[in-house]
Amino acid sequence: MRLTRSALFQTVAAVALFASLGGVVGCKSETPETAGSPAGGASAGGSAASQDTSGNEIVVGHFASLTGDTATFGNETNDGIKLAIKELNAQGGVLGKTFKLETQDDQSKAEEAKTVVTAFASDAKMVAVLGEVASKRSLAAAPVLDKAGIPMISPSSTNENVTKVGPYIFRVCFIDNFQGLVMARFAAETLKVKKVAILRNQSEDYSVGLANVFAQEFPKLGGQIIADVSYSGNDSDFRSQLGQVKGAEALFVPGYYNDVGTIARQARELGIKAPLLGCDGWDSPDLVKGAGGPGGALEGSFFSNHYSKDDASPRVQNFVKAFKTEYNGKTPSGLAALGYDAMMILADAIRRANSIERAKIKDELSKTRDFKGVTGDITIDSERNASKPAVVLQIKGEEFVYKTTVKPNA
Amino acid sequence: MDQFIQLIINGIQIGSVYALIALGYTMVYGVLRLINFAHGDVFMIGAYIGFFTADALKLRQQPSLPAALLALTVPLLASMVGCALLGLIIERLAYRPLRKAPKLTALITAIGVSLFLVNGAQLLFKADPKFFPNVTPQGEAGTLRFGEITISRDLLVLVIVAALLMGILWYIVQRTKIGKAMRAVAHDTDAAALMGINTDAVISFTFGLGAALAGAGGMLFAALTYVKILPLLGLQMGLKAFVAAVVGGIGSIPGAMLGGLLMGLSESFVKGSPRIGLFEPSRWTDAVAFVLLIVVLLVRPAGLLGRSGLEKV
Repeated sequence: MRLTRSALFQTVAAVALFASLGGVVGCKSETPETAGSPAGGASAGGSAASQDTSGNEIVVGHFASLTGDTATFGNETNDGIKLAIKELNAQGGVLGKTFKLETQDDQSKAEEAKTVVTAFASDAKMVAVLGEVASKRSLAAAPVLDKAGIPMISPSSTNENVTKVGPYIFRVCFIDNFQGLVMARFAAETLKVKKVAILRNQSEDYSVGLANVFAQEFPKLGGQIIADVSYSGNDSDFRSQLGQVKGAEALFVPGYYNDVGTIARQARELGIKAPLLGCDGWDSPDLVKGAGGPGGALEGSFFSNHYSKDDASPRVQNFVKAFKTEYNGKTPSGLAALGYDAMMILADAIRRANSIERAKIKDELSKTRDFKGVTGDITIDSERNASKPAVVLQIKGEEFVYKTTVKPNA
Repeated sequence: MDQFIQLIINGIQIGSVYALIALGYTMVYGVLRLINFAHGDVFMIGAYIGFFTADALKLRQQPSLPAALLALTVPLLASMVGCALLGLIIERLAYRPLRKAPKLTALITAIGVSLFLVNGAQLLFKADPKFFPNVTPQGEAGTLRFGEITISRDLLVLVIVAALLMGILWYIVQRTKIGKAMRAVAHDTDAAALMGINTDAVISFTFGLGAALAGAGGMLFAALTYVKILPLLGLQMGLKAFVAAVVGGIGSIPGAMLGGLLMGLSESFVKGSPRIGLFEPSRWTDAVAFVLLIVVLLVRPAGLLGRSGLEKV
């Protein structure tokens, strides 16, 4: 037997095997399945009609990235929800029933998110589901829950397609169109920069959405996009892309916190001194750690977020105080605040519906007006999105310091 | 032109890491005709060992590069020794019992070992990313600058250490008794055994050596490129390095080095190309790597520096 042929065959077989393996582990489902997907429908279809409203508990599901690539997202949000439930139950719950939270880990993977909510959907006791932070995972889960007729509230997925999945899908945060506009305005009006480069993560719906909006809005405000380059989720070396952004006065990096630190360090090393601009995906206690610690590569950079812990209003300060007491002095991130608000809005809707029937809760959720949340006054619009202001924070040491507020439709 | 040179430099830097991993694939293939898919995950474990050692030693930023290098020696050695042991254990438990089994059995086992390591790491180290502490001088202080071209001192160190390790490997393989035995086993296992070579020991040694290089690669990569350390780190890097080994000619040690550099350069140039209309080259980085693989296999099935010839039966 010729070596070459057998070696060739083995190699190709091996690569095929390994590549398929990578597909399973590497989680790259870019397109969310439509509402008619058999996986969600089959198991969920029957249970939609047969909700079990008996018992003294209101079961709320939460699918979250407790482990994995963006583990702080899930844990922060879960902490916020747990605090809300503790407060609600301390006041006797609603409708004479207490809340029970069921949090399930999706390992930061879209397929896992779908698996988890499919189990939620087949649970007759399940009243509503909260989750996720990452838009890709919300997009993977939403069709299953919408089909099953279970209200889903995403605390912080900002990609605009999330709530377009169907009438049962809500969110309590603003959307990327607004967030991208906020940063475009901030760059043009507050920083007064003219030349901005974009570095987007092309494997995340979140990042692509934001980058598109920014690229569209910034030139309208008199600025110029001098480069628009992309990386993918597994990349670890960004130098080649960063080589193209020299000369930019600011760098828009709408990625998640775990990549931003590495990008910032490599940018500084290449002599790029411009500040980095980001969005709520940066909001993590690990952000500064990844950038080489306080005073490191991200010092002085800016990102948009849902709330600022420095806000003097009593509802924010009460929340911050309660959170710190509950979690050993930890400062709540924007994600924790949104998790808290999502749970509170759900409780509010249940109270107004005077029922834990899923369809009635859905109707009341869509009627939410000026709810006094920690992250601002929340009104759910006809597209089930929340319209509310955004804040811009600046990184100083380990702190995220309030810089400015940008209101919608201003 | 500046951009061109910068891309070449970036390519050499990342390529030297691929080369370090590719050497492990190629050496094991040389002696066993086995593609050790768990090798990329040994690289990942190396990064973790380096991280935990640095964490335990409470390594902090050093004022100068020599001091930083001294501080990094301990985690580097810990990774190399730890991974060498891991390589020996994997070989003893997973592959040796299958020495006489069909090739495909061993290949599937290798994938099993890879999954075991990834999921084991996920269980042990948790899946949230870890970041190696800053030890070397950072930012402007950490770079050399020639006009518009910047070279990170960290990455210069990475390339030099990688080259040094490859030099040591070359010396072991070409100039020592055990290296001679390795070459003999690679040439013909049965004949080598007849000549009194303890083939099991040689194969174990090869595994250990390859794993130590992967461990060094993992630790250097984590410490000097600021990458997030994740259990999935080995999958991507391992796959690229494997392609590098095949492109260079699997079984050939200089081939693995050449393949690694080629992979690094192609990656750097694809990523560094500006967008042409709607076509965005940086999305195609991995695709280009595999196209390169296919082209090389079509033109030179044994790889660039591989020997095609009769396989002994």
